[in-house]
Amino acid sequence: MISRRDVIKAQAVAAAAAAAGLPVPVAAQNLVTDASLTELKWSKAPCRFCGTGCSIMVATKAGRVVASHGDAKAEVNRGLNCVKGYFLSKIMYGSDRLTQPLMRKTNGVYDKNGNFEPVSWDEAFDTMAAKWKETLAKKGPQGIGMFGSGQWTVFEGYAGVKLMKAGFRSNNIDPNARHCMASAVVGFMRTFGIDEPMGCYDDFEAADAFILWGSNMAEMHPILWTRIADRRFSHPHVQVAVLSTFKHRSFDLADIPAIFTPQTDMVILNYIANHIIQSGAVNKEFVAKHVNFRLGATDIGYGLRDENPLQMAAANPNSGASEPMTFEDFAEFVAPYTLEKAEEMSGVPAATLEKIAALYADPDTKVMSLWTMGVNQHTRGVWVNNMIYNIHLLTGKISTPGNSPFSLTGQPSACGTAREVGTFSHRLPADLVVTNPEHRAHAEDIWKVPPGTVPDWVGAHAVEQNRQLKDGKINCYWVQVNNNMQAAPNIMEEGLPGYRNPENFIVVSDAYPTVTAEAADLILPAAMWVEKEGAYGNAERRTQFWHQLVNAPGESKSDLWQLMEFSKRFTTDEVWPSELLDSSPEFRGKTLFEVLFENGKVDAFPLEQTAEDYANHESEDYGFYVQKGLFEEYAEFGRGHGHDLAPFDRYHEERGLRWPVVDGKETLWRFKEGSDPYVSAGADFEFYGHKDGKARIFALPYEAPPEVPDEEYPFWLSTGRVLEHWHSGSMTQRVPELHKAIPDALVYMHPDDATALGVRRGSEVKLSSRRGFILSRIETRGRNKPPQGLVFVPWFDARQLINKVTLDATDPLSKQTDFKKCAVKIEPVGA
Amino acid sequence: MKRYLFLSLPALIVVTAVVAQEQVATFRQGTPLHENATPPAIAKVNNSDLRQTRNYPEQPPLIPHKIDGYQIDVHVNQCLQCHSRAATEVSQAPMVSITHFMNRENQFLTSVTPRRYFCNQCHVTQGQVRELVGNQFIDVDTVLDIARQPQDGGD
Repeated sequence: MISRRDVIKAQAVAAAAAAAGLPVPVAAQNLVTDASLTELKWSKAPCRFCGTGCSIMVATKAGRVVASHGDAKAEVNRGLNCVKGYFLSKIMYGSDRLTQPLMRKTNGVYDKNGNFEPVSWDEAFDTMAAKWKETLAKKGPQGIGMFGSGQWTVFEGYAGVKLMKAGFRSNNIDPNARHCMASAVVGFMRTFGIDEPMGCYDDFEAADAFILWGSNMAEMHPILWTRIADRRFSHPHVQVAVLSTFKHRSFDLADIPAIFTPQTDMVILNYIANHIIQSGAVNKEFVAKHVNFRLGATDIGYGLRDENPLQMAAANPNSGASEPMTFEDFAEFVAPYTLEKAEEMSGVPAATLEKIAALYADPDTKVMSLWTMGVNQHTRGVWVNNMIYNIHLLTGKISTPGNSPFSLTGQPSACGTAREVGTFSHRLPADLVVTNPEHRAHAEDIWKVPPGTVPDWVGAHAVEQNRQLKDGKINCYWVQVNNNMQAAPNIMEEGLPGYRNPENFIVVSDAYPTVTAEAADLILPAAMWVEKEGAYGNAERRTQFWHQLVNAPGESKSDLWQLMEFSKRFTTDEVWPSELLDSSPEFRGKTLFEVLFENGKVDAFPLEQTAEDYANHESEDYGFYVQKGLFEEYAEFGRGHGHDLAPFDRYHEERGLRWPVVDGKETLWRFKEGSDPYVSAGADFEFYGHKDGKARIFALPYEAPPEVPDEEYPFWLSTGRVLEHWHSGSMTQRVPELHKAIPDALVYMHPDDATALGVRRGSEVKLSSRRGFILSRIETRGRNKPPQGLVFVPWFDARQLINKVTLDATDPLSKQTDFKKCAVKIEPVGA
Repeated sequence: MKRYLFLSLPALIVVTAVVAQEQVATFRQGTPLHENATPPAIAKVNNSDLRQTRNYPEQPPLIPHKIDGYQIDVHVNQCLQCHSRAATEVSQAPMVSITHFMNRENQFLTSVTPRRYFCNQCHVTQGQVRELVGNQFIDVDTVLDIARQPQDGGD
């Protein structure tokens, strides 16, 4: 221990040395004052982690990031960060950064069973291109696949979609956002016909009640939680209700806590709709003018493989069909969801349910509903999204300050890239879809590619991609900016077998050697975060830009550069059918790089337009302002169609802007006259995503989950995140302070369950499902406090891959996995 | 075209002497993906009360003591029993930073702003465990030290 006395003594030694004419050690000059040394270069960048989209000020000195803090000028976070955000300065400096491509080889040649050896970019791309060409020749575009990310920059996601859908003519591209946001997307499309929240974060300062449906914001969206805490404590009338299947940190702020039996959120929501109707709280004028009622198809299966018995038993597998119904029909439909029934099924006391229902029903209480993975990672996730909108629409509590059903996002650009750019297997930019011939034609027109280039078939979604890799249907696969071998469900049965299938060639681009990288055949080193110019879009439709602030280590390059560089190795003659080239012979012999990126639009802006004070490694390589060209071409999709983006350069000046940006002004509340320029004069509200301008209320019943605890597997398992680690921990576990804060995954369990099993805090256990197992340790006193019969295990820990255990059942409409419910058993290890 | 004034930082260049290897996932520490290692014991929390140097001034200080069972909820904030302005003479604990009195508009309030109410959103304890992998972040003082050394031809 160093005492104050020791410090003074050291300073005395330095002073004596100076007096004796000896060189003074640098450390002895105890305050540097020379401005050339003390001045730091501060630049803005959005945080690398969650979908909140905090703005960060990043300090650089001599090519290194040396400090970061919350941006005081940013509306989102006003100077605050969470603990992860405060440690952003260290995420790029893990000592195992990948600095050169690595390929599995034996005796100097590629070998699926070989060990990883460093190779040049040329050798990496040559091997990749040869594999892609072989597969395209043999199987066509359905034999290749790409798995992208809600952490891709907007530019990267756009280049990825373009390369896959217009270059390789394959819709087998999906983002990891499928695991987190897909149910929200389909929920929006069904109810409103247009994706993403109508409200914005300004609702936090206007609401009288906050109701959390399956979201632990205190840990997962900490900065938004600061805004709720601020509102709740500063204005004593404000109430917070937290609904979850287990107690977590958000309950610390809960006036109305509610623990419900898994899957019964659907019962509670229908009860609330019923309560609103029965108590006369329906906003009749709003409903009459702005809402339609629909009866949805039921018994729709569980997104399992077609031959799964549960899937075969479903009457209407994967059906999103619906038919019109009246308000009276709807009232009758929800009438059986009484208070008594809701209490009985959910286990939530009737008095608590009534309090929650009253918040929605009271016309003078402005309600913000918030949800994330508890709702979206749900085999009826789309329905639950629809059901939350139902109660906001019945009461007209929508699109006005504080009245806000708000779907939160988990990734920094789940909205900006995955959803807005449309990197899903069925999507194109700005909510367009590949199954609509007009949409495809519009995309082909903007992209300047021949009619018929974009394929009309829906590609494989995330879970389906793993299944097709295992089945040998997809043979060439490129994963960028995500760690899917840790994140995807059921990896022992559906993940690893596909990556290690001898027929397949798997490429993973990452900054660090993740478990997904280890499962691959070729690893490409990626530049990350402020090592490249980027753009992200957050949960409130806010698009934010940043500059490249430092250089990436070694030979690592951005995912954007990798996509564009790879496109140079293919000509249209190699990848397009002769019919397409016969009808558009001017494309013959061109490389995909020329077709997609030297099309007179993407390369329209000269290198000189890049910022004077910042590097831009892709643009320097290609000789034009890559990001600006990609963005301006992309923005054509949305401008004039409700998704307007501002001119490129403005985003480098602003702390982000919320789209649609019309006449230079951002939009805070969509669908409301006066705040949304797309609403017709006199309409008051207009839900213009649907042609009739109305939103849809869906009548949907409770349906049971696919796997429930039984005698052999008696516990519910819910997985999730922790505050200190983001997603799979590939960045945060490399920050020593964050690793030491939460070093290991643990099995959070009720103390009585532990006693019954003969284990206690710290005991080693084997946690297994019908699919796989992990070894872990019991925690009975942690931050998560499950009820009896349920355990929580976080998924950040690469040493405890909890997705060996989870079930790959998905919502049949959104294809998003339910990571919150499967049945497991827990056994003590040793004794 | 702009260029960085790029100082060579010879001590910091990542030299990854990559040799052929089967397991690359650093965190797995050699355990193949389909196998499961014995999980480490639950870490003891550092309770030394010794403050740890911050990486940069803006970093929230780490908590150098146990906080097991601390109540921070809608009723009570136990941290402030020692760290509030009024308590520090008795507790000799560091007072919460003055930034914590500022609201969203950067105005000082009479007490700690509710937006900073949940201390453990930024301040965390440290388990007594080894790092899974090193981190080569260096603080600005060290960057300056290196920057002030004679340059030997870095670009």
